[in-house]
Amino acid sequence: MTLPIIESISPPPSALRGWAFWSAMTMLALLGAAIVFLIVAFLLGEALPLISKGGFTRFFTDEGWWPRDASFNMTPMVVASLYLTVGALLVATPLSLAISLVTTFKAPSGLARLMRNLVELSAAVPTVVYGLWGVSAIVPIINLWSPPGASLLAGVLVVALMIIPTITVLTQSALQTVPVAYVQGAAALGVSENQTLLRIVVPAARQGIFSAMVLGAARAIGETMVVLMVCGNIVQVPTSLFEPVRALTANIALEMPYAMGDHRASLFVAGLLMLLLVSVLVAAGEWVGRRQREMGV
Amino acid sequence: MRSISLARLKELAWTALLYGLALGAIAMLLWPLLTVFGNGLQVLSWEFMSSSPVDAGRGGGIAPILVSTLGIVLVSLAAALPLSFGVAVMLTEGFKPGGWPATVVRCSLDILAGVPSVVFGLFGLSLFCRQLGLGYSILAGGLTLACMILPTLARSLAFSLEAAATAHRAGGAALGLSRQAVLLRVMVPVALPGICAGIVLALTRALAETAVLLFTSGYSDRMPESLLDSGRSVSVHIYDLATNVPGGTPNAYGSALALLLLLALLSFAVHALTRWMQRRMTGTTTGSY
Amino acid sequence: MKTRTWAARHVGVPALWMLGALLCLSGCNREAEPKADTKSMRVSVVGASTIAPLISELAKAYEQEHPGVRIEVQAGGSARGIMDVRSGTAVLGMVSRDLKPDEQDLEHALIAKDGIGMIVNKSNPVAGLSKEQVIGIYTGQITNWKEVGGDDAPITVVSKAEGRSTLEIFSSFFGIPYKDIKAHVIIGDNQQGIQTVAGSPAAVGYVSIGSAEYEAGQGAAIRLIPMGDQVPSTASVASGQYAISRDLNLVYKTPLNEQVQDFVAYAQSKQAEDFVTRMYFIPVVK
Repeated sequence: MTLPIIESISPPPSALRGWAFWSAMTMLALLGAAIVFLIVAFLLGEALPLISKGGFTRFFTDEGWWPRDASFNMTPMVVASLYLTVGALLVATPLSLAISLVTTFKAPSGLARLMRNLVELSAAVPTVVYGLWGVSAIVPIINLWSPPGASLLAGVLVVALMIIPTITVLTQSALQTVPVAYVQGAAALGVSENQTLLRIVVPAARQGIFSAMVLGAARAIGETMVVLMVCGNIVQVPTSLFEPVRALTANIALEMPYAMGDHRASLFVAGLLMLLLVSVLVAAGEWVGRRQREMGV
Repeated sequence: MRSISLARLKELAWTALLYGLALGAIAMLLWPLLTVFGNGLQVLSWEFMSSSPVDAGRGGGIAPILVSTLGIVLVSLAAALPLSFGVAVMLTEGFKPGGWPATVVRCSLDILAGVPSVVFGLFGLSLFCRQLGLGYSILAGGLTLACMILPTLARSLAFSLEAAATAHRAGGAALGLSRQAVLLRVMVPVALPGICAGIVLALTRALAETAVLLFTSGYSDRMPESLLDSGRSVSVHIYDLATNVPGGTPNAYGSALALLLLLALLSFAVHALTRWMQRRMTGTTTGSY
Repeated sequence: MKTRTWAARHVGVPALWMLGALLCLSGCNREAEPKADTKSMRVSVVGASTIAPLISELAKAYEQEHPGVRIEVQAGGSARGIMDVRSGTAVLGMVSRDLKPDEQDLEHALIAKDGIGMIVNKSNPVAGLSKEQVIGIYTGQITNWKEVGGDDAPITVVSKAEGRSTLEIFSSFFGIPYKDIKAHVIIGDNQQGIQTVAGSPAAVGYVSIGSAEYEAGQGAAIRLIPMGDQVPSTASVASGQYAISRDLNLVYKTPLNEQVQDFVAYAQSKQAEDFVTRMYFIPVVK
């Protein structure tokens, strides 16, 4: 019964059916890829009136973020978004890797399943709840240490916690694709378990882990509600972890309901800028991934 | 002897570090979960799940909101699954790896994954609600949400198909099967558990999403009568209760707990369906893979 | 075996899509039915999230008395309310402030008032602040509570995001240009302000009085404090003694459909007052 599939295969389908299938798949794939272009077109449409007035550089050179006085400097918010993303990634990646290694290779199956379920469950907690929890649990603790508490650090911690499930789930599947032969071979050579994990398994799965990190970073940079609730929302380039910051996404969510005219258009520019940031992130990921592939195999 | 014990010590230290980090992270993840359970259990009851909200949600229950949420999630899955399947199939079997169509599709999905949810919300509002005339409706919300979960879903589908492909592509070709036959009859059944995990992950994101739905599926907390009715999802309800309704916090936690229960139920249903489909497709049980 | 795979491919997989399609269809069918027999009517109301819960509740009560009418409430901010009413997407707009000079093309109906009061953490011993002290704190000249008779602790200034009507009213009452406000935390909604101040002992903020009274009564660690002779309470706003308040309006284009006019009248009626108080706003005295 190990090869039931082969028994049940009917004669090869006609070329026409194959053609229809592949063209349908191509259509679906292209449609999926088209959505992002639709979004860009739509954002451009809304933002263009403002961009055509003063060019694109003004969003980095104006004197500050005073949208109602036609001063639209977004640099501090871009910097804040980047700091938050990098910080959250730095905190979340080692933790996610540890969880994944333990659940995949080390923990007894009962404990592993429990941990995996907990991780999946916490992915379902709405971001608002993380925000609420951040405001009532994390912010007051940081506040004791260094007021006002609502700060870059609070954002980094809560966002890191939020992206751990995403990174962990993907890292686990990356680790599972590492051929068992690698592990067995290492064991046969007398390499200890942890050395096998760190020197063989993790490097073998690094591409998957890396793409998990890219997805985690993308979630972190796009996160809105948590950042809005725990970061303090002051438009400034932070000089320490304890200073409040306003991320680009938080700015959109905070001001969109009340923005009109140029102010509204500037928020769409912020949306475009977000897309640009993410594109750079993805391009960097692609570049590193390609280099790794070239070096690896 | 000394070196052996040193090596063993190092080994122990690594194990301790890994377990420490993993359990520490799990404990941190448990903290918000426990907050939700602790506060939610005080409100959660059959009464809460089966009655309508009163006083903007401060009193009463969440029955109509659960129904709307289910509608939104089903619409988004129905729209996103075929698209993701197409993307995954083309990425693993269709396009030449490394060629420009593959790169374009993959990159555009990666970018899509990073689009902030607020932007999805505004996009859906303009395209589905206004241009396509769907208004604030469960349908418009579900379709917008489908755009948002597409990258997550497509990525995990591609991932599990890829894993199945490395194991079975050559075997299928050796038997003289067409690529399509290998894909549909060998790889998809083999990849089903992975696909199912991807669906659960996408469901999770869909259920936890607020900003997208706030702008598209509406705010109405009545029982929806059709997919064209406006309906509030659980996460939007939580958002409104937590930020907009004085005294809404207890019910916000109750709703969050209900959301987790709903997710557990849905993921169980997806797992069961997958197992059933896999049995039908391969004539074996999951155990053989 | 052959039939099995056939069944899987031709029954199992499409079944999922069939389910989705059926759902859509059944939805559309049910959609068509009520339109046929009763003269059903949809009224869309869009605007400020502050007012949305109130109108939502009013709408439910009104729908019960007038079967066939469906009032769709959508939160999205005062600006959205004005935009959508102008473009005709919405019939009624919810605006949580007075209309601006360039918005006089729209009619408005006052449905409730909302007072704005200063809050501090419960543990803060400061009994009240003068107008000058508030200005000093919000412009960054006073940075420690001991300067206004409190403990030796740096003040955490909580303010509202730009564009929010609460900020506009606050800054115009104290005569502080909004650019000069030096805040440490900027918040969006009232509840967020209450959570922030409750969570940090040295914070000061300004929020809706109704919400603050309710949350303080429920045990939140906040306290409303008087500013000079202005004692914040829902009662003093209702009697007109308290100066810092804003109007909650419904805006619309004339001429208005009879049914919608009836709803606007309902929202201003005696019956609606009960809902207004239950949402911790202040009913308008006629």
